[in-house]
Amino acid sequence: MSATTWAIVAVVVQVAVVVVGAPFLVGLMRQVRARLEGRAGAGSAQPWRDLRKQLRKEPIAPEGSTIVFAAAPFVLLSSLLLITAAAPFIATTSPLDGVADLYAVVSLLLLGSVALALAGLDTGSAFGGMGSSRAVTVAALAEPTLLVAGFALSVRVGSSNLASLVEHGQRAPSTILSPATLLAAVALWIVVVAEAGRLPVDNPSTHLELTMIHEAMILEYAGRDLAVVELASAVRLAILLSLWGTLFLPWGVATTAAPGALALGVVGLVAKVSVLGAVLAAAEVFMAKWRLFRVPELLAGSFLFGVLAVSSSFFLA
Amino acid sequence: MSESVYAQLLYLLCGGLLLASVLMLWRRQLSALISLLTAQGVILAGVAALLGTQDGGLELYAVALGVLILKGGVLPAVLRRVLADTGAARETQPLVNVPASLLAAALLTLLAYAVSRPLVELDPTPTTQAVPVGIAMVLLGFFLLVTRRRALSQVAGFLLLDNGIAATAFLVTAGVPVVVELAVSMDLLLVVLVLQVLTARLRATFGSTDLDELRELRD
Repeated sequence: MSATTWAIVAVVVQVAVVVVGAPFLVGLMRQVRARLEGRAGAGSAQPWRDLRKQLRKEPIAPEGSTIVFAAAPFVLLSSLLLITAAAPFIATTSPLDGVADLYAVVSLLLLGSVALALAGLDTGSAFGGMGSSRAVTVAALAEPTLLVAGFALSVRVGSSNLASLVEHGQRAPSTILSPATLLAAVALWIVVVAEAGRLPVDNPSTHLELTMIHEAMILEYAGRDLAVVELASAVRLAILLSLWGTLFLPWGVATTAAPGALALGVVGLVAKVSVLGAVLAAAEVFMAKWRLFRVPELLAGSFLFGVLAVSSSFFLA
Repeated sequence: MSESVYAQLLYLLCGGLLLASVLMLWRRQLSALISLLTAQGVILAGVAALLGTQDGGLELYAVALGVLILKGGVLPAVLRRVLADTGAARETQPLVNVPASLLAAALLTLLAYAVSRPLVELDPTPTTQAVPVGIAMVLLGFFLLVTRRRALSQVAGFLLLDNGIAATAFLVTAGVPVVVELAVSMDLLLVVLVLQVLTARLRATFGSTDLDELRELRD
């Protein structure tokens, strides 16, 4: 088979691995947390069992809700699938390479958040609106950091294309230990935590009305729609962790479309994301959710790291 | 050590210095401030030792050892004693709240880069390239000093300021004994200041607390 065919195979494999693996990632993180808290846990496959159960049930839309509510899960999931197809998680040879610009990926992530926030408002329930307003606040605070940290990474390479960033990182591993990259890594990690709705910004397992952010927006979804939203939030977490892992630990990502390199890329991606997810879950055991009014502090801190990363990538290089 | 490895290590250490300074603005726990000061002292000693490998003489190694003992050992120990005596665990009411001071820190860092440009352009070697970090530490120390209310966090700001001066001195004029001597004697002065805070606190606990309560009763 030619290189183009293998590149297409790589995209298909990448989408399959991320979509199938994302619920397992959520399950793994819950399992790590359960074990550390001394519980047996439900097993890593539990999110998939939940999804299968929800997929069999009929979706119910609240009275008076419009197409915004009905379309949001699919807009969210499809924007995430597009990112998965374009981003160089397994191989840098994707035919959609032109889309895999850091800023395009950020915008696509934001598109999904906005769709979900609008759906939360569309239901007209008090909690939906509250969740949407909180989610948009967090997104608005996290987005500048994402852009500034991305800028710090792309200054050195001269391109904001994800594949170029990854290839540059593989060619010159010493740049990964530079202060600019380390500061950008810290800033992006905080943003990943905020965007994925993990502790201390949002508690993914709570259903307490006054504290939830993500869960408040999706409170009115049921059945198939809920399954899509749940799958999308798992994929979102997987994408954010893979993005962090690929940008700061670029080893293992295939730069040529060959079967061996692709296999290595899959193994590398699964290993990186599992380790990152386990570390995140283990750190969450020792954390409590912050008051909502302290969240801007966290994001101002990550923005500061982003600014420092940009300035040191200009001056300390 | 090759030139590029040297520059890489130096920048990494300077990044650590900057990171510790910024985290000092972020954290409210006074004990965390002291830990960060300790870490910063150790990194500063590392910078001095790294400059020593380029310089060749033993002088800078001695300075590094002195910095390590003083800033990584003695000063944090004194501060911890003050903390244990006062019993106040956190900075409750800074004059500028934490998100705003973090944004101010971003601006101060950019200001440091801007003002030190002419200085760097005089002799653009890897060492002088890192001078903005020292100046940024000085500015952040000033900021910490003027916006915090607790005596201990003000002392921490003062020590950060001093660390910044020392870092700038190392980076600009590596191995000039007079400057280094000045920095070390400045540190000794700081130890005295810290002890003074300690005694003032003790006096406050034994002498004036009762007076305050009497005043409250009268009101």
